[in-house]
Amino acid sequence: MEIDSGAFVEKARVALADPTLQHALKHIKHGFVEARARAAENLPGFESMRDHARDIKARTIANLADYLEQFEANVTSVGGHVHWARDAEEARRIVGDICRQAGARTVTKSKSMVTEEIELNAYLEAQGIVPVETDLGEYIIQLRKEKPSHIIAPVIHLSKAQVADTFHEHHAQYGFHERLTERGDMVREARSILRERFVAADVGITGANFLIAETGSAVVVTNEGNADLTASLPDTHIVVTGIEKLVPTLDDCHTLLRLLTRSATGQDITTYMSFFTGPRRGGDLSGPSAFHVVLVDNGRSDMIGTEFEEMLRCIRCGACLNHCPVYANIGGHAYGSVYPGPMGAVLTPSLSGIEKAGHLPNASTVCGRCEEVCPVRIPLPRMMRHWREREFERHLSPRGMRWGMGFWAVLTDHPRTYRIGLWIASRALRLIAWRGWISRLPLAGGGWTAFRDMRAPSGGTFQRQWRKRGGRR
Amino acid sequence: MKKPSESKGEVALFVTCLVDLMRPEVGFASASLIEAAGFEVVVPKGQSCCGQPNYNGGDRNAARRMAERTIALLQRYERVVVPSGSCAAMIKLHYPSLFDEADALFGKARALADKTQELTTFLAANGYVPAVKLAATRVTYHDSCSGLRELGIHDQPRALLRRIDGLRLVELSEPEVCCGFGGTFCIKYPDISNRMVSNKTADIAATGASVVAMGDVGCLMNIEGRLRREGSSVRACHVAELLAGTLETPGGN
Repeated sequence: MEIDSGAFVEKARVALADPTLQHALKHIKHGFVEARARAAENLPGFESMRDHARDIKARTIANLADYLEQFEANVTSVGGHVHWARDAEEARRIVGDICRQAGARTVTKSKSMVTEEIELNAYLEAQGIVPVETDLGEYIIQLRKEKPSHIIAPVIHLSKAQVADTFHEHHAQYGFHERLTERGDMVREARSILRERFVAADVGITGANFLIAETGSAVVVTNEGNADLTASLPDTHIVVTGIEKLVPTLDDCHTLLRLLTRSATGQDITTYMSFFTGPRRGGDLSGPSAFHVVLVDNGRSDMIGTEFEEMLRCIRCGACLNHCPVYANIGGHAYGSVYPGPMGAVLTPSLSGIEKAGHLPNASTVCGRCEEVCPVRIPLPRMMRHWREREFERHLSPRGMRWGMGFWAVLTDHPRTYRIGLWIASRALRLIAWRGWISRLPLAGGGWTAFRDMRAPSGGTFQRQWRKRGGRR
Repeated sequence: MKKPSESKGEVALFVTCLVDLMRPEVGFASASLIEAAGFEVVVPKGQSCCGQPNYNGGDRNAARRMAERTIALLQRYERVVVPSGSCAAMIKLHYPSLFDEADALFGKARALADKTQELTTFLAANGYVPAVKLAATRVTYHDSCSGLRELGIHDQPRALLRRIDGLRLVELSEPEVCCGFGGTFCIKYPDISNRMVSNKTADIAATGASVVAMGDVGCLMNIEGRLRREGSSVRACHVAELLAGTLETPGGN
């Protein structure tokens, strides 16, 4: 997985200054945050359902190997194949081999963040296979050669005009020369192009929102129906997904689906909920003749038994992104990671190492809003803190911050030094103040006064004044 | 100051480092409110920081040491009150998580957690009714993240504020969205923090309130500093200052 979190500060600055992006990000509040709140309010027992969902996923992760075996046995019993991929490279190779055996030249794709994680498209292209993203959002960013900026709304960062320009530029080769301005017209044009691709595809690759152990099914939810066309029209269907998507039973899946759609888009149910179980059977009129599931580990099993195990409960609803005030202001691309926002801040370092993902768990005020809305109650702030601890232990955090924290710890360890230190600080702040206000601070304080003033303390420290006034100690 | 005989008991006031250094007046306002609620205030000598900056910064060992110190200092008191949601949450929720359950300090951390309360929670629980009178003032309230989400501080400050004669409480459109302070976040990511606090000050301006109150000095410094830089006339304060009626006359030397 390509990680570029090192440029986070610069990318965030650019994002903040981009008026088109800022306008686009405003949709999150009305489109997702308010919709989720309404959906949660309208479903009695939503909160206890979250507890139940947390328990289902926790039980699954605790017995993951057993459930995976059960899943494999059930996929095999209906004529499908399960493949195990330890890392991204192995996953790509497995998918590539299946495509070659199928003689694939065009591959349609739907709903898989994991294929973004393992960078499957670039691999397929290098093999001379054309991957076509069929989710409208993914299709748009594929044309633009961008990456998704959100795990469920990949083009949340774009404006309607940008999409119109993109289509105008790329659709001329199909005989569409008019620059469209109406949403409906744009969708119709993309649909007519994608329809031909659906029919032409030799292999369809989908992700999975859930895998059901007791039935061997892969479950995909969409609002566009593109997963059904991707999975049903070509002769081969490959499901590429992470091992943590497993749930034990159909009932468990039902609970999680009810939470997933409400948490993600505020919908009671999505337009399409598809359960794929094995290839076409004898009497079936349609469907693929080969059904493969590629189970990607890529660092996930290493999280079991660590402080990050609970992250494996994540059902990728994106609610933490939608409610994160940092994400809401900078969008997903600034993170430089396939998985942005709070869930990415925990997951990305788990998958690719904290050395490459240093900014991610730090770029949060730990305000806790992500945990508040997480349908499976993942303690995201706590886990971001754990990553910060790992960074600190390995001396990866910035030197200035380490020095400052060390200095503060020594000061607070010695009450007398602390009192004197604070007294000096209080005096110094009053000395550099002008009419009680400070508008320029040295060193790290420059970050503060770049945008804010600081009111100087009115007198000595509270403890000193309290003593002077004869207050009890 | 109340005599011990007529008091409901003793309260140890843990003032927090930001109150101690930046806003002594919040400490005095808190002390006077606790007294007005019928308790006697002590400020245990030797208190410093609760350890939150180190805890959130990944320096768990230092945070544990700071917790040990604070536990040793406060354990002998029957009640501890903190005029900050985030520092109270540090003591109530995070201190116990710093120690192994087998460790003797875990039990002590739990005991301290049980008797520690955030100021407005303490006042509301003890039936405190503000005696202050204001000339008609429109006030809005910003929920500080830790207090709100970790300790459930939501109704308590609002109920107390509403009982102030002359005060009209108006809600922000997004009272529960972070102001962008976040401890060292505001220093490490000043651009993002600035956008967040600017969203907050715009929300404040839209209410037409002349005062914005909150329960944490971190958020207070952030919002107040931004308001001032923007040239706003809106006054930012700690809830304690409004309740104690000390807003216009901050504690001096």
